[in-house]
Amino acid sequence: MTDDKDLRGATAVSGLGITEQGKVYGHSSSWFAAEAIRLALEDAGLEKSDVDGLLVSQGVAPLPGMGGVDLQSHLGMTNLRLLTGMQVGGATAATMIQYAALSVYHGLANHVVCIFADAPLREGRGGGGSYSGSGGAGYMPPGMSGLYTAFGMFGVNARYALAARRHMGMYGTTNDHFGAIAVGQRAWAAMNPAAQQREPITLSDYHASRWVAEPLHLLDCCLVSNGAVAVIVSSAEAARDLKQPPAYIWGMGQGHPGDLKRAGWDAETQTGAPIAKRRAFEMAGIDVGDIDVCQLYDCYTYTVLVTLEDYGFCEKGEGGPFVADGKLAPGGSLPTNTGGGQLSGFYMWGMTPIAEGIVQARGQGGERQAEKHDVVLVTGNGGILDHHSTLVLSPNRS
Amino acid sequence: MADQAYTLPIPVADEASQEFFDGAREGKLMLLRCTQCQRYRLPGRELCSDCWSTDTEWAQATGRGKLYTFGIMHQKYHPAFADMTPYNYALVELDEGPRLVTNIVECDDDDLRTDMPVEAVFDAVSDEATLIRFRPSE
Ligand SMILES: [Zn+2]
Repeated sequence: MTDDKDLRGATAVSGLGITEQGKVYGHSSSWFAAEAIRLALEDAGLEKSDVDGLLVSQGVAPLPGMGGVDLQSHLGMTNLRLLTGMQVGGATAATMIQYAALSVYHGLANHVVCIFADAPLREGRGGGGSYSGSGGAGYMPPGMSGLYTAFGMFGVNARYALAARRHMGMYGTTNDHFGAIAVGQRAWAAMNPAAQQREPITLSDYHASRWVAEPLHLLDCCLVSNGAVAVIVSSAEAARDLKQPPAYIWGMGQGHPGDLKRAGWDAETQTGAPIAKRRAFEMAGIDVGDIDVCQLYDCYTYTVLVTLEDYGFCEKGEGGPFVADGKLAPGGSLPTNTGGGQLSGFYMWGMTPIAEGIVQARGQGGERQAEKHDVVLVTGNGGILDHHSTLVLSPNRS
Repeated sequence: MADQAYTLPIPVADEASQEFFDGAREGKLMLLRCTQCQRYRLPGRELCSDCWSTDTEWAQATGRGKLYTFGIMHQKYHPAFADMTPYNYALVELDEGPRLVTNIVECDDDDLRTDMPVEAVFDAVSDEATLIRFRPSE
């Protein structure tokens, strides 16, 4: 096995490209992907011909080819030594960075582009439908899958509502707790020019926002965005000679508990974070107390709360009281989702927390920059808390 | 619901779930049981996720369980449900272990609580299909 001491800080994020996000119409996911990659190369000071690795992840609007690998010919990347499409839902982005880092470390490639692109929004059509999964009138999947349709349980919102409700039932978590997360992240978004929702909100605004699927209000749910994010991973040495301050990759891990849908399996209140964290923190040589800034996957407010518990920021079940005092918000003791996250910033699946993690590690957050940012925790989450990925980033090589 | 024509989507059995749907029509909640490790599971998976055995038998469940978790749907995602919102949907953890998606009936949505005991209600929504819903029990 590779010695952790060698891997820690051996690779870095050298480039970041974020397209315009949100209701940006008239473009395909391929177009967004190309634009993000162009921006990332420009950011790093690299040429297209320098790229010898490409890892692709697609959202609900597919990219061309098997898992999106036709992006290679679309973009005329002829020097690739590493190419594949990847998919573990919202955990994918951080896992792409992990495979990129390992590939660079072991000499399979020098500069690996990790790209996520999506374009679910169409002009004049609501965004929520993109993820509703109802299939519309007349659609009935055969067999047991049809029960979801028969009982009116549609889409990801409905599933996360079940998870949040289970946590509330077990631990007394309340909508006030979820609301504190929404309010805090909106306050961060107000300081992010690239965020989709920047109007400050109060806890009463949160409670007044319509129910989507109880216990989830509209303001518990992430945005839907058209756009793309590209991240370039290079060796620490190469990254140091490029345009941007490197965001060194200190630690990485994954945890995939899945969901067995049966007694004794707490898929609704337990994530893969404890498994992913063990390896990532060991590699990074850190403990939870060393973390300065968090970028936690936040498809729902509840996801943030349960993730904090599973990293050990607080005891299991104590996530509600832990977040209630606003410690995640600007001015709080644990700056979290400082770009507004997926709730208020933009929704690029796992790339949302990664992009802001890179910004913070580099110290480029401007008004919203966390004062202390030596250790940045980034998390990914796929399925209904079924898949988890961890990255630890730092502006310091060691 | 028997008096009026049922307007919500009606599920159809596939090969793997035929006994489940047939059972429901006869007022029985049928599960698969692994004959190697005796664990119950819902139909649809060819093998036992614990011991990987494909040896199974159908077994009648008690129809009792607890309300593992639930949600109240407000969003109108499907035209057939548009006039029904808000309505509840739920995961019931059967005494045998598996968690089944369903609705809770004979209970105000405001009175729903996680872990409350529930029992199956066999709701014949058409000549061909019976849906298994649940109601509070002692
Ligand atoms: Zn078995």
